[in-house]
Amino acid sequence: MTSAQDERERQVLDRIDRARRRSPRVREERVTMSHGAGGKATQTLIEAIFLGAFRNPHLEPLEDAADLLVGRSRIALTTDSYVVSPLFFPGGDIGDLAVNGTVNDLSVAGATPLYLSAGFILEEGFPVADLTRVTDSMRDAAAAAGVQVVTGDTKVVERGKADGCYINTAGLGLIERDVLLGAAWARPGDAIIVSGPIGDHGVTIMLARGELDIEADVRSDTAPLNGLAASLLDAVPVTRAMRDATRGGVATILNEIAMASGAGVLASEDDIPVRPEVRGACELLGIDPMYVACEGRLVAVVPGNSADRAVSALRAHPFGEQAAVIGHVTDDQPGIVRLKTSFGGTRVVDLLVGDPLPRIC
Amino acid sequence: MRFVDEFRDSDKAHALAAKIAALCEPGREYKLMEVCGGHTHTIYKHGLEDYLPESVTLVHGPGCPVCVIPMGRVDDAMHLASRPGVIMTSFGDMMRVPGSNGSFFDAKAHGTDIRMVYSPLDSLKIARQNPDRQVVFMAIGFETTAPSTAMTMLRAAAEGLRNFSVFCNHVTIIPAIKAILDSPDLRLDGFIGPGHVSTVIGCRPYEFIARDYGKPVVVAGFEPLDILQSIYMLVLQLSQGRSEVENQYSRVVPPGGNLVALETIGETMELRPYFEWRGLGFISHSALKVRDEYAAMDAESLFEVPGVRVADPKACQCGEVLKGVLKPWECKVFGTACSPETPIGTCMVSPEGACAAYYNYGRMGRHRVVDVTIAETAAQAGTS
Repeated sequence: MTSAQDERERQVLDRIDRARRRSPRVREERVTMSHGAGGKATQTLIEAIFLGAFRNPHLEPLEDAADLLVGRSRIALTTDSYVVSPLFFPGGDIGDLAVNGTVNDLSVAGATPLYLSAGFILEEGFPVADLTRVTDSMRDAAAAAGVQVVTGDTKVVERGKADGCYINTAGLGLIERDVLLGAAWARPGDAIIVSGPIGDHGVTIMLARGELDIEADVRSDTAPLNGLAASLLDAVPVTRAMRDATRGGVATILNEIAMASGAGVLASEDDIPVRPEVRGACELLGIDPMYVACEGRLVAVVPGNSADRAVSALRAHPFGEQAAVIGHVTDDQPGIVRLKTSFGGTRVVDLLVGDPLPRIC
Repeated sequence: MRFVDEFRDSDKAHALAAKIAALCEPGREYKLMEVCGGHTHTIYKHGLEDYLPESVTLVHGPGCPVCVIPMGRVDDAMHLASRPGVIMTSFGDMMRVPGSNGSFFDAKAHGTDIRMVYSPLDSLKIARQNPDRQVVFMAIGFETTAPSTAMTMLRAAAEGLRNFSVFCNHVTIIPAIKAILDSPDLRLDGFIGPGHVSTVIGCRPYEFIARDYGKPVVVAGFEPLDILQSIYMLVLQLSQGRSEVENQYSRVVPPGGNLVALETIGETMELRPYFEWRGLGFISHSALKVRDEYAAMDAESLFEVPGVRVADPKACQCGEVLKGVLKPWECKVFGTACSPETPIGTCMVSPEGACAAYYNYGRMGRHRVVDVTIAETAAQAGTS
């Protein structure tokens, strides 16, 4: 009886798999907070609305930055908006986040970040002292990453129409190496590496909002990843893909790898570095650190036989001291991410529909 | 991490799994219901079923607060939220539950003032900050959350707050278990009793299950080893022909429950004559309402509530899933028309819902650890 039941269950799973591959459609009449959370709803919105409107070969891979040939130069172009609340938090503020986030999107595309734009949307009444604090921090972050802010824009909206200060940055970088990076290149047997402890940024923001009455000594991990990414590419030029694990966390990146490559992913909970403070806060709040945002961590896919070299190269860099192999690409269960739990069982790690923590970056 | 890692030790899990497998009689099926949605979540999140022999099946019960809210109550809540001057506050779990005209999230996107809170006390804070608005707290949950609603009402009364009220949807677990036991299409061998509910009501209310229905009950904690141990205790009782109420979660659950919490509930709330449960229908004396003495804090007396019964969508088989008659994946719309992005039934909404737990965590081909363990043991025996 049981094997007949297993067979029926497998048929249902196949049917679900087919349903998941259908082209996405936005069913809601209005945009909800879920559409901005980085999970399934965001993915649906991007694929149905934005990709539907702007479809072209540069956009279609939906990588962190577009890879473009301009004249004889191969450049990477990206943009990102920052609406984090609160604006200032332990370890950083909206200013360095706006620089590092865009630098990181270029870095994981294999580019050397060069120039940034900065657009400010300010709310009437926003203290000039706070604005100066933000721009000082942007200046310092740009200097640390070796980029310049070369153009910008300012808009002011009436009180109540924005929350203090929103920033948009676009970034341009030069792809000098002969790299071919993309989640679609992941192959069974490849190793998946994370460059350090996950979830620091998301937990910091959550606690900084002061709504939860939990105190912990956590700081955002916001940092520029261009040096770290370059070290990895120097050591392992055949790196298949890099992503920075922001909204939706490492779990979302693993799902993107599985879906883009059509392979499976098997990760091991015991191997994923998480700081005890972050793990403790997540346990209390019932949140899985796998879904919590980082702002200074990259996830890399490298051929299995290069894994040791990749980890050593990352660990040699100050931002990658706790780099670790967290899983592998598999040829079974295509498109699905599985996690071997510390308890010893196995479960699926799916994309979240929405995020319990809006406005994390 | 202390208080966590020791309850997730895989060596201990392997040892318990071997003991469970050794107790199971060949050819006998063991159907055990975990009543509480928190247990369902733990089981899937840690991949606990990998440790069970094929003859042990876990049936997911009705103890998920969001899952049992009928559509009509969601519509009533939506109606309350849309009254002029009202701020509706709700736990996050409730935000995506579909009513007949969308969810709280959809209403929020249309401009209705619905705010997510972590505790009913947050609603009080909002009430103090908005003295000219009526703040209605969408109270849901079993005996686990009812005391915090009750405490909040008492505090509001003590402060003389006049703009705070409760839309009370608290339910009680015992009548639901009884309804399941009396349901003709169900065969269960034992119950993993709800841990958090039992911290409030204690273990005695389950005694009728063991005595009158001859089914063992083990009240269990929420870490994976807690659940695995309680399964062992149930299978042990079954193998010895016993049916008793046992307390695996004695580090938290006192046999007599929490009298202060019970008194607080009793002071502010009383049993309703009947209440509709999603999928289970009307069950008498299965829910709480605000006492008349606190009518000023009862959203159902302050406002007109339509109270229209709305039939569940035809395709939805939440009722069968809640009773454990169907496995989540056996539902006709599971994973296709009904998924976490577009839930039709409540079981697909809450992380504690059986369907959402299975969809998010269990949707894959499985390898049972226990088979591997037995194979290893057999192999070792063969080589020695």
